[in-house]
Amino acid sequence: MHRMLGRLTALYRTTAVRLSAVYLLLFATCAAFLVFYVSSMSENLLQQQMREAVAQETEQIERVFDNNGMNGLLRTLERRSRQPGANLYVIASPTGEVLAGNVASLQPGVLDTEGWTETPFRYQRYQEEARGNNRPMAYAQVSVLSNGLRVLVGRDLGEPENFRNLVRQALMVALGVMGVGALAIWYLIGRNALKRMDRMSGASQRIMAGDLSQRLPTSGSGDEFDRLSESLNTMLGRIEKLNEGLKQVSDNIAHDLKTPLTRLRNKAEAALAGGEKTDHRTALEEMITESDQLIRTFNALLMISRVEAGQAPAEMSAIDISGIAHDSAELYEPVAEDCGLKLVTEIADGIEIKGNRELVGQALGNLIDNAVKYAEGSGGEPEIRISLALREGDVVLSVADGGPGVPEDKRDDVVKRFVRLDASRSKPGTGLGLSLAVAVMEMHHGRLELDSTHPERENNRGLTVRMVFPVVAD
Amino acid sequence: MKILIVEDDLEAAAYLSKAFREAGIVLDHASDGESGLFLATENSYDVLVIDRMLPRRDGLSVISELRRRNIHTPVLILSALGQVDDRVTGLRAGGDDYLPKPYAFSELLARVEVLGRRKGTPEQDMVYRVGDLELDRLSHTVKRAGKEILLQPREFRLLEYLMKNAGQVVTRTMLLENVWDYHFDPQTNVIDVHVSRLRSKIEKDFDQPLLRTVRGAGYMMKDEAVG
Repeated sequence: MHRMLGRLTALYRTTAVRLSAVYLLLFATCAAFLVFYVSSMSENLLQQQMREAVAQETEQIERVFDNNGMNGLLRTLERRSRQPGANLYVIASPTGEVLAGNVASLQPGVLDTEGWTETPFRYQRYQEEARGNNRPMAYAQVSVLSNGLRVLVGRDLGEPENFRNLVRQALMVALGVMGVGALAIWYLIGRNALKRMDRMSGASQRIMAGDLSQRLPTSGSGDEFDRLSESLNTMLGRIEKLNEGLKQVSDNIAHDLKTPLTRLRNKAEAALAGGEKTDHRTALEEMITESDQLIRTFNALLMISRVEAGQAPAEMSAIDISGIAHDSAELYEPVAEDCGLKLVTEIADGIEIKGNRELVGQALGNLIDNAVKYAEGSGGEPEIRISLALREGDVVLSVADGGPGVPEDKRDDVVKRFVRLDASRSKPGTGLGLSLAVAVMEMHHGRLELDSTHPERENNRGLTVRMVFPVVAD
Repeated sequence: MKILIVEDDLEAAAYLSKAFREAGIVLDHASDGESGLFLATENSYDVLVIDRMLPRRDGLSVISELRRRNIHTPVLILSALGQVDDRVTGLRAGGDDYLPKPYAFSELLARVEVLGRRKGTPEQDMVYRVGDLELDRLSHTVKRAGKEILLQPREFRLLEYLMKNAGQVVTRTMLLENVWDYHFDPQTNVIDVHVSRLRSKIEKDFDQPLLRTVRGAGYMMKDEAVG
């Protein structure tokens, strides 16, 4: 019982139920108004008809009296009184003494004034027992005959009264049925909504408890609950990803930043312990180089997390990506050449995307930098190809090298922070270049694809990294 | 040269004061936005170095207020935020240069010196000269000792920037920013390679070096013969 009550309270609190309660109230008010209006109108009509009928009968009676005299009048009244549902007839002396008629008693004073009685009056017929105060009521017209006798023709109020009662009853029944129906609908709709809300809040409670892999349930109907769940789920996916990134970074920071810090400290220690004969200047310069590298790593990390958090450049505008590709190629061309690599470009001109020039430039720079670093001296094809083209509605900017490439099963790993395939870490770099490129692509609603440049070869298949920007129509 | 540093980190300010004085630059220091604004309005400086996050008045608001009062002293914004959009908002507020923390002092010094001497730089000069090297900005030609040297367009812009700031240290990031118009970290020594190519073109057949590498800082165009 208590549980039931609890459920009902919860049900009452749902928006659907509150809304339907308001509608019900509104509807009932309107219905009541309508019914009262209709009933009072018809009551008026009935009363008018009744008056007309009474007036007509009075006229007839007067005519009968004029034509057939008192005897004729009495006969006619007697005949009419016998008919079922007969009107009330009274003939009285000018002083108000009842002489004939079908009424046993009248409320006093009714016969005194000529014309219509102002208010309904009580009366009693012959053979009808008085039922306490509950005597029937009637309206009547009193007229005076040519010989001074008073004639009353009246009609019982029962008919309009009955009608009114009928209407009221119908209204009550209708309201009752409406109420019960609304309650049933509340319960069904509200319970359904409530069940789904319960499932959703259950899932969110598990998420709050720390299980970020939980998702809110969807029914697949695509209704507003589903839409809400879906957008919340997308949000959860993003939070989960950020959280994972954070975890990964803190793990990696411990490892990857500790090493250069230790090295820095060792250098300082060695320079200090070496005494006068050590070259302090060189040691200090080395330490500055080492700290610059650390700062660089920190900046890259910071940049990635800010780009990922989406709060970095709100500055997205139409940018000339062809120009960026040309600039970057030109910027890296001498370095590539010094490393014995040929930088080839295949850049479609005049392509624009919506994005951030600095970040796209940085991401592309990272890719070219990687290509130069890993293709140098790998023995593979000494060519780096930078191409920009439209492909199936996407803008694809790619950097292809002829270096050792990345095995297919490692491709998901290399884009992670600090992950570097060459375990000896002989190549300089932060291990963050691809992670930043991935973050930048996500910010541009695009993706980063890794592929082999020469999949048919045994070794040195090369790596092709494609930045794929979807073209969004404005 | 006289500069004003508005920086609330007293330790950093003390270090900067010492380092700038050693570099021959006179310096005032304010530790919050309001007093920085007051000093910058009352006195005349060649460069203002303003931290973005300051007590009592935010760095950007100090700059906009100065600009509103028609004080157009060059401003270098220092910021711990140091990301692309921050740079854009900083420059939009009226800053002339932007340096994210942590920075190398050599970088800050080079930028302050370039900003401070901007006033004296004859922007309208159509021909830049360093020693016997001559760069004509109108005809896009470079001559050394009367002999024409052929340069790629980017090499021309690189040389133009170096010569415009002749006698001053120019860092690698300054070159990337001003010649390529990018503000990111190019990771490798891309700029060095460009500079060394340019150097080989302008110095190959001549004894007198003009483009010096300043260790730990950057490059400087200088007529060594003049000293």
